[in-house]
Amino acid sequence: MSTKHTNLIVSSAPHVNNPVDTKSIMRDVVIALCPALLVAIYVFGARALILTAVCVAACVIFEGGTRKLLNRPQTIGDWSAVVTGVILAFNLPVTMPIWMAIIGCFVAIVIVKQLFGGLGENFANPAIVGRIVLFVGFATPMTNWAVTSRMSSVIRDAAGDAVTGATPLGLLAAGKAVPSNMDMFLGLINGSMGEISALALLIGGCYLIWRKVITPEIPVAMLASIAVMALLMHQDPVFHIFAGGAMLGSIFMATDYVTSPITSKGKIIFGIGCGVLTMLIRVFGSYPEGVSFAILLMNILTPHIDRWTRTHINGVDRKAVKK
Amino acid sequence: MSSGKHLNGIHVNHCKNTAGQAIIPMSLPEKVYIPMSQHIGAPCQPVVAVGDHVKVGQKIGDSEAFVCAPIHSSVSGDVTAINKAMSQMGRVDTIIEIVPDGKQEVAETVVPPVITDKASFIKAVRESGVVGLGGATFPMSVKFNVKPPAKVDTFIVNGAECEPYITVDHQNMLTHAQEIVDGVKAVLKWLEIERAFIGIETNKPDAIKLFNDLLKDEKNISVAELRQVYPQGAERVIIYETTGRHLIAGKLPADVGCIVSNVTSVLKMQQFLATGMPLVTKAMTVDGNAIAKPQNVEVPIGTPLCDVIEFCGGTKAEIRKMILGGPMMGRAIPKDEYGVMKGNSAILCFDETAGTQLPETACISCGRCVRGCPMNLMPTKLAKAWERQDIDTLREYDVTTCMECGCCSYSCPARKQLSFEIKLAKTWVMGEDRKAAEKAKAEAEAAKAKAEAEAAAKEGGDK
Repeated sequence: MSTKHTNLIVSSAPHVNNPVDTKSIMRDVVIALCPALLVAIYVFGARALILTAVCVAACVIFEGGTRKLLNRPQTIGDWSAVVTGVILAFNLPVTMPIWMAIIGCFVAIVIVKQLFGGLGENFANPAIVGRIVLFVGFATPMTNWAVTSRMSSVIRDAAGDAVTGATPLGLLAAGKAVPSNMDMFLGLINGSMGEISALALLIGGCYLIWRKVITPEIPVAMLASIAVMALLMHQDPVFHIFAGGAMLGSIFMATDYVTSPITSKGKIIFGIGCGVLTMLIRVFGSYPEGVSFAILLMNILTPHIDRWTRTHINGVDRKAVKK
Repeated sequence: MSSGKHLNGIHVNHCKNTAGQAIIPMSLPEKVYIPMSQHIGAPCQPVVAVGDHVKVGQKIGDSEAFVCAPIHSSVSGDVTAINKAMSQMGRVDTIIEIVPDGKQEVAETVVPPVITDKASFIKAVRESGVVGLGGATFPMSVKFNVKPPAKVDTFIVNGAECEPYITVDHQNMLTHAQEIVDGVKAVLKWLEIERAFIGIETNKPDAIKLFNDLLKDEKNISVAELRQVYPQGAERVIIYETTGRHLIAGKLPADVGCIVSNVTSVLKMQQFLATGMPLVTKAMTVDGNAIAKPQNVEVPIGTPLCDVIEFCGGTKAEIRKMILGGPMMGRAIPKDEYGVMKGNSAILCFDETAGTQLPETACISCGRCVRGCPMNLMPTKLAKAWERQDIDTLREYDVTTCMECGCCSYSCPARKQLSFEIKLAKTWVMGEDRKAAEKAKAEAEAAKAKAEAEAAAKEGGDK
């Protein structure tokens, strides 16, 4: 008689999985953020790296601590807190005091993410709310834009002898000359640490699309609608898609799975909404920049967009069914 | 042909390790265990008794039911027991035990059937015992017995073999191409169907070429090349990919003018038409990282699974998971003492590394399940609705359309068992729907009876 095998594992089909898991996705996002980090270090100096490291560490500690306090399974291994830390740091000026940055991390991880149930349950992007709370709470340090020798002469001239100066969007709002589109593309400007180089962010975006981590709908719809809105308002569309947080926001923040719609159609609506709101705030609002507010507002609409753009099964005439 | 659009699906690692390996006939086991329920539909009743001597191809189980296929002995020998016991399906079944005498004498009843018309053709197909051999096990004769007003114009031969690992359909196509074509011709002739497609995934270029050469003078039979996207072999997918027609839940392929049969089913049917030998053996791929010598074997129905593994050189690692069928839709079984059944196309054995379930994490709404679903469902939405027992949302999002192909679970980065949850939800909704229908029917009958009674009373009063 043959050897018998008993007590085998019984589980439901399928018995194989795509190797891509949450951890590998989050790790890919961190890899995609690296070019922008390198540009930040080049333009702003070592403090960019220190501030990013502090934010990452704070986010991971807050995540681990909250899970422990709430008696929930540990989730720091999924790298999502690392992503939030890097993105939040990228949204801060390099001169931001460390303790304030840590408050931003607390808001992002503890309040926005964990108190709503952790990864997957938060209705808004944690890093965006963290940034907005810091922006509203610490308006002066959050708009303290360091000027360094590596930046465009337009920025340096506008700042004069001061160590800080207005960002390109600030210069635009004040009706002053703005840096060339090439300097904006390369990132030789001031602003939040990670948002300055469109080139570095685009490299990261292409990596994410190549790795199938994100699909192009949201970034393309958002940037395209920013450009169209700029044209309608007789402004330079290229300047607007390179300026401020447009690139960082469209590629890395608006594409956050949890807080953006699921279907292609929904993603396009979401991206257009983000782009249009960004430009309305930039041009008509009292703030020079509007990307984070625009994305937050669209985050809130996401469940509704998901409902409007749900998929339907093939081969059924829906109009006939409704009647 | 299709409109150029395709249904969603996923890319799975093919793992066709046994591709190109000839199907080796397996030696006789010490005993065969033949269950009476090897198909969708009514179980067969034994037509032999303990102590009877049976021969190869002799009918040992049959039923009067319409949805049923008879079962034949795969060996010659003596019936030693007829027991109620657990079959590999996890259900208690009547199982006939036969001890082979080693002579493999063929039964006198094994003679080519005489076919004169459609009815005799369908009867012959029924007597062949052939069912959907891809794994669905729907009796072939029932499929062929199309009830008006449904009118079939397309016969689709399913040679997609989209499940990873399995290569027996591929091998059968390479070695029995002419018989398969003859079988298709018989179906077209007797069922008066206009055209046939032989659907083959493009990962089998040799089979595609072979059939293209064989069919170059045929006007109404052609090869449909299918993309290498799982699940091309799912009935609703292959119908759409070859004809552009959508088969919705609750409808039969005949309702959209199609009959779909697995390529090995067509082969076995043709072999019965030519020789009278019914379905008594089943080609299986034996593979997985715990199997010493992965190979394709032709196994007598009822052979214990453990004997098949032994025949393939046994194991090279401790088996922790054993799957009957492919890894996408196959069933994991708790032990391997069951007899091989008609629907088994593979035994896959995996060790600890591949056998254990990965821990589930939170849904991050990435949408991979939605993009992967061939039926355009929203698996994440359905699974969440199931978790909170929300039957309205399950109905609104068409849970009953799910065909359990497993694309959603496969692509989920949170390792959620979406397919499993949706299956549970589907069963629940269908059960509730049935209950509601029964209640409505009972109420309608009660109302009718009441109205009749009132009418009778009124009539009585008038008098």
